[in-house]
Amino acid sequence: MFHLTPDEWTAIALSLRIAVVATLASLPLGIFTAYALARWNFPGKTLVNGFVHLPLVLPPVVTGFILLILLGRRGVFGPFLQSIGIVLSFRWTGAAVACAVMGFPLMVRAMRLSFEGIDRRLERASGSLGASGLWTFLLVSLPLAVPGIIVGAILAFAKALGEFGATITFVSNIPGETQTISAAIYTLTQVPGGDVGAMRLTIIAIVIALAALIASEIIQRWAEKRVASFE
Amino acid sequence: MIEVDVGLDLGAFKLSVAFADGQGITALFGQSGSGKSLTLNLIAGLLRPDRGFIRLDGEPLVDVAKGVFVPPHRRRIGLVFQDSNLFPHMSVKQNLLYGRWFAPKFSREIEFDAVIDTLGIGALLARRPARLSGGERQRVAIGRALLSCPKLLLFDEPLAALDMARKLEIMPLIERIRDEFKVPIVYVSHAVEEVMRLAASVVVLEAGKVKAIGDPNEVFGAPAGSLEDRFDRSSVLTVTVGPEDAAYGLTQLKHPAGTIWLAGPAGPPGRTVRIIVHASDVLLAIRPLSDVSVRNVLSGVIQSIQTNGPFAMTEIALEGGGRLAAVATRQAIDDLHLEDGSRVLALVKTTAIDERDIAATPHA
Repeated sequence: MFHLTPDEWTAIALSLRIAVVATLASLPLGIFTAYALARWNFPGKTLVNGFVHLPLVLPPVVTGFILLILLGRRGVFGPFLQSIGIVLSFRWTGAAVACAVMGFPLMVRAMRLSFEGIDRRLERASGSLGASGLWTFLLVSLPLAVPGIIVGAILAFAKALGEFGATITFVSNIPGETQTISAAIYTLTQVPGGDVGAMRLTIIAIVIALAALIASEIIQRWAEKRVASFE
Repeated sequence: MIEVDVGLDLGAFKLSVAFADGQGITALFGQSGSGKSLTLNLIAGLLRPDRGFIRLDGEPLVDVAKGVFVPPHRRRIGLVFQDSNLFPHMSVKQNLLYGRWFAPKFSREIEFDAVIDTLGIGALLARRPARLSGGERQRVAIGRALLSCPKLLLFDEPLAALDMARKLEIMPLIERIRDEFKVPIVYVSHAVEEVMRLAASVVVLEAGKVKAIGDPNEVFGAPAGSLEDRFDRSSVLTVTVGPEDAAYGLTQLKHPAGTIWLAGPAGPPGRTVRIIVHASDVLLAIRPLSDVSVRNVLSGVIQSIQTNGPFAMTEIALEGGGRLAAVATRQAIDDLHLEDGSRVLALVKTTAIDERDIAATPHA
């Protein structure tokens, strides 16, 4: 029963690759967005905030369809992307984009809270010591927000591992290219005798999820100790 | 050299402050709501004024008319807050060196070792701020600001969050910084004691305006504080240290108008110290009293009497100079037939005079 088929191994490896790439690729934009929402006042802030949270409230299929309209081969930006050598539809990279979009609100939320929790007086002190806004961000705000950034990244990673609706709508369910663990389980439940395979993948999914949670707990505890406030 | 001449309107509150100073410690003194924190924020660049200018060593930091505004991080002004605001994710050493790294190379005149020695924080370098006591944190915060080699240090009530023992630990250090590193300091405080002890000049703010400006001895020599609050009214007397009575742990302080016993050491005889006497701690008498526990008697002439409800605030010109405020009831003043020009004896309890920061002066 615990002998995984090559297709199942492929699905597992693909899921991890997509989740890791989606998380890492959205990290810089996530941190920037979270910091901007936490610290800056700019016109249209509410709108930006709403836009960031949209994938959280929209049905995933809708998000996937919007991605298809915007980034698909015949989509609004598809031909342009293709002209610079980027094809997303029906590729694992497209799956990563879908997962990044779906995980983005969770990532930004956790990070924003973390930035908002930083004592502004520390940033002011940094400025009085001669550090420009960028240096203050890099040397004070960012390190102090690390626990929240880790939480945000783990949430986005977990979301990416489990993403199904937007992914399958945008990039379909192609074994070896876009078939993640979730999509593979779905496929297996649709064929006679697929239950055993579905069960195996389910157990794998649980193990990965637990490992990620435990790892995040350990990293976060370490990070919080480093930035423990004292006043 | 700091020159300030600014105005700022916040709704009904209008701030309008002008002063200039170059050396030692300039105190911005006032009660909360007087505008001293606003003034500090204007100097630091955390607020923009509506009118006027601020110049540091002749360079404008902000000049509304010319459209100049230097952002806070380019002002080279070191801030020390009430809370130390140390960076929790860095060691003490990293905190201390933070500002130094941003200071232009040519301006790094203040030596790391000298600051560490002066502040006595050599043993703390490897520690994290979370593992420091309140007094240690404040010492590190002062060192951090100093090591950024600022043109000006701004202290915002740096002792307000500390208990008396810690205050007495930090105050001499601020004096040493003033004397050893020659960085001009603007010191915001509402404590007469701190201002008297540290500042070369004081700017008294009230309701957003400069009420008095000058040598703290003169400014507070005219008794400080508001008439309305009798507990807030105090006078400063400049006295000379006399002999000690070691058996009782007392020291004589000489004033032309009389002798005051201090409950503790005051340094070598001949030294000049200032003591603070609260108006509500002064008794008035017409003739010398016998059979009372109060030993300190100062003679003088009543200069003015201002009444306020049941109270009468008298100002006494002491023999040989100096002024003393005393508050009594209006009834007592009338019973004693006291009026402007009356000769009086002012009695002050030794136990009502705070001897603690006099003993802690490092130049003793």
